[in-house]
Amino acid sequence: MSVNAPSGRIVRATRASRFGGLAAIVIVAALAAMPWWGERSAMRTVTEFLYILALAQLWNLMAGFGGLVSIGQQGFLGIGGYVLVLLALKLGVDPFLAVPLCGVAAALVACPTAAVVFRLRGAYFAVGTWVVSEVFRLTFANIIWLGAGTGTSLTSAMTGHGAWKREAITLWMAVAMGAGSIALVYLLLRSRMGLALTAIRDSEVASRSLGVGVPRIKFIVYVLSAFGCGMVGALVYVTKLRISPDAAFDINWTAVMIFAVVIGGIGTIEGPIIGCLIYFLLRDALADYGAWYLIALGALAVIAMVKAPRGIWGLVQARYDLRFFPVQRRIVVAPAVPLPRGGRGRPTADSEIRR
Amino acid sequence: MSLLAVDRLDAFYGDFQALFGVGLEVGEGEIVAVIGANGAGKSTFLRSVAGLLAARRDAIVFAGQPIGGAPAHTIVGMGVAMVPEGRKLFPSLSVEENLRIGAYRGRPGPWTLDRVWRLFPRLAERRRVSGTAMSGGEQQMAAIGRALMSNPRLMLCDEISLGLAPVVVRELYAALPGVVAEGCSLLVIEQDIGQALRIADRVYCFQEGRVTLAGRPAELTRERIAAAYFGA
Amino acid sequence: MDWVSVILEGALLGGLYALFAAGLSLAFGIMRLVNLAHGDFIVVSAYIALFLAQTVGLHPLVAYPLAVAIMGLVGFLLQRGLLNRVMGDDIMPPLLVTFGISIMLQNLLLQIFSADTRGLVGGGLQTASLALGHGIAIGWLPLLTMGVAVAVIGALQLLMVRTRLGLAFRATSDDQTTARLMGIDTRLIYAVAMAVALVVVAIAGILFAIRTTFDPASGPSRLIFAFEAVIIGGMGSLWGTLVGGIILGITQAIGFALSPGIGLLFGHLAFLAVLVFRPQGLFPRTRGA
Repeated sequence: MSVNAPSGRIVRATRASRFGGLAAIVIVAALAAMPWWGERSAMRTVTEFLYILALAQLWNLMAGFGGLVSIGQQGFLGIGGYVLVLLALKLGVDPFLAVPLCGVAAALVACPTAAVVFRLRGAYFAVGTWVVSEVFRLTFANIIWLGAGTGTSLTSAMTGHGAWKREAITLWMAVAMGAGSIALVYLLLRSRMGLALTAIRDSEVASRSLGVGVPRIKFIVYVLSAFGCGMVGALVYVTKLRISPDAAFDINWTAVMIFAVVIGGIGTIEGPIIGCLIYFLLRDALADYGAWYLIALGALAVIAMVKAPRGIWGLVQARYDLRFFPVQRRIVVAPAVPLPRGGRGRPTADSEIRR
Repeated sequence: MSLLAVDRLDAFYGDFQALFGVGLEVGEGEIVAVIGANGAGKSTFLRSVAGLLAARRDAIVFAGQPIGGAPAHTIVGMGVAMVPEGRKLFPSLSVEENLRIGAYRGRPGPWTLDRVWRLFPRLAERRRVSGTAMSGGEQQMAAIGRALMSNPRLMLCDEISLGLAPVVVRELYAALPGVVAEGCSLLVIEQDIGQALRIADRVYCFQEGRVTLAGRPAELTRERIAAAYFGA
Repeated sequence: MDWVSVILEGALLGGLYALFAAGLSLAFGIMRLVNLAHGDFIVVSAYIALFLAQTVGLHPLVAYPLAVAIMGLVGFLLQRGLLNRVMGDDIMPPLLVTFGISIMLQNLLLQIFSADTRGLVGGGLQTASLALGHGIAIGWLPLLTMGVAVAVIGALQLLMVRTRLGLAFRATSDDQTTARLMGIDTRLIYAVAMAVALVVVAIAGILFAIRTTFDPASGPSRLIFAFEAVIIGGMGSLWGTLVGGIILGITQAIGFALSPGIGLLFGHLAFLAVLVFRPQGLFPRTRGA
């Protein structure tokens, strides 16, 4: 059974992706222009959507591509919030300037954290990250200077800007985070590191044996995600203005990230977008029923893992083969090479072997 | 009526087809050997019979009952036991416990712990040792003993000679006719063609998922075997 | 500061933590499943016991064992109906499914019972104490809890080593494919394992709820304590888990004695220290290759 080695070229774009790229630019521009055409409550919702989207994209990067299931990301979110308190409230730094610094702070904390939690694998790693987040929570709950258990208010730090300006900058930062997280994940996955990440997800052992620097890549992804969570945490409290340890380090942050990714479609960029939409729709629809939207979200996630592990976008992809943000590489085989018949496959003139 | 009748069996690993319309029979009191190169589908075939792979229901008929696709643990209850490739003894269990677990879904019959100790005296000395802390030959004895503990009517042996010294292999094979005499038929996969031909009543040869040769050892010439083994 | 009392109390608290951990350890040992809803099931058990005792009005000595039996059944059905479908080589599905269940349980309890803290009736056990002389006294409840922990762990060990079921558990844990070739219905074994795990969870939950007040959000912390006890003691060893629980209890007690706000933090730091300096735990059981 011999076959001539087919010559192929690697193709990334699909028709849908070219359309997708254009649509993305239009949408981002429209959102950025919202302070001029949108009204306040809509802007608030969009802001929230965008930073939740950022959280989801980064969790997806870690778990869906890097295989690191962390349930302690709320720890870095909380750190972002509290460093904001430190910088903006205590040290008088402009809160918007503080936001990226909070991301950096979270990333710095993530470095020694990684050294500790990376000693655990799989499910134990997940619980370990949760423990670390609890350590952060208890630490901040004991710092009287930052409000201890009851928390503190940030209103006095926000007096520097007028209302319109404040809402606008908040929105722009959220747009930057939302779009930025998508861009970051997209570019990362199309790079060599991205190929390595996908390989790690498929088989860590095989990747290691091929010389892929698995620990280093996992570390980078973990720190990047912490950076993002830290920035989001700061932005959240720029909008909410009241922070407390229980709220900042609430496991529900992670629950929302995870559920959005799982329901939408893990391991894809489109998936978290859909998942976040569903989260917001559910929350809105069940707004009068207390915690029922979380129960519904959890139930949907459980059902998704059992019935549709690739999420909604996975179902769409399987059916329509649509990719707006193509991160896989396809090998297009030149035609006129007879392929061997075997099993249930049928040879076609122009076969695509999709990776 | 044959004990095991396999008719047009296909097997898949995902989209990859490993077996193509395999047909085979084992009669009562027979030793049937399956030979073939690596990757020919021999282990896949055995795993299908044992219930570890999906199969068409009537593709595998045991003692008159269609068992294709039935769950592995029920097939054991019907009288089929497997000595898996690589022995696969349980490391957390002692030798004695490994044998006892073989009788988990036991059927009435001649094989008891004492009979197995008598068949393989060396094992009796090692009864408390962890299943995997023994030499390869001893582990193989334990794996065979474990399969016997369920008093099977048909024992499937997957490459029991693998990795063992020839003298050990001869010792193992010397024990097998005694097993058959007690009422258990054997379906044996063997890389060692000489051994297979010496012990079997009938031989099948697999090549790339198909049966390419079937017959009694006496009828098979070296040329025919080589052709069937490697493909013409 | 009466350090002897502090350490003694902490050690006895460790018995409760060992009980928390035993169920987790069992499920992981047999099925490689870390049930992220473990802590929430502890709390659910307490609420079921509360419901049976208060709302239905059963006598505690009837209500509590009944709650334990109910949780056993819940475990069996949960594994059989849901978790068996996501078991496999990939660790993510069971992790995410149990996480989803955890969030669902917390919020369901919140909706049904509200966020008020509750307590279980203990017939005066909470406050009764035993005087040991030299001015040291220990509570009857912590002593009883430790006794129960030792008894439960002992029973589980016996189950694993001396019974046919235990043999099946250990074989399935080693190699579930070969176990099926032995005639073991692994899906049934998993369901039974989960049932046993939740029985232990329920016993722990009831003792916990008599000792402390609880609310719907108490679950995650119990999971964390269970997990820490397992890691400190060493994976794969039930008696090691007892030691791990005791060490955790003592470090927490010392922390609380120094300052109420850092009690839990001390325990977490001890856990992290073990993780950094001796990741395999203090009494790891090495598996045969």
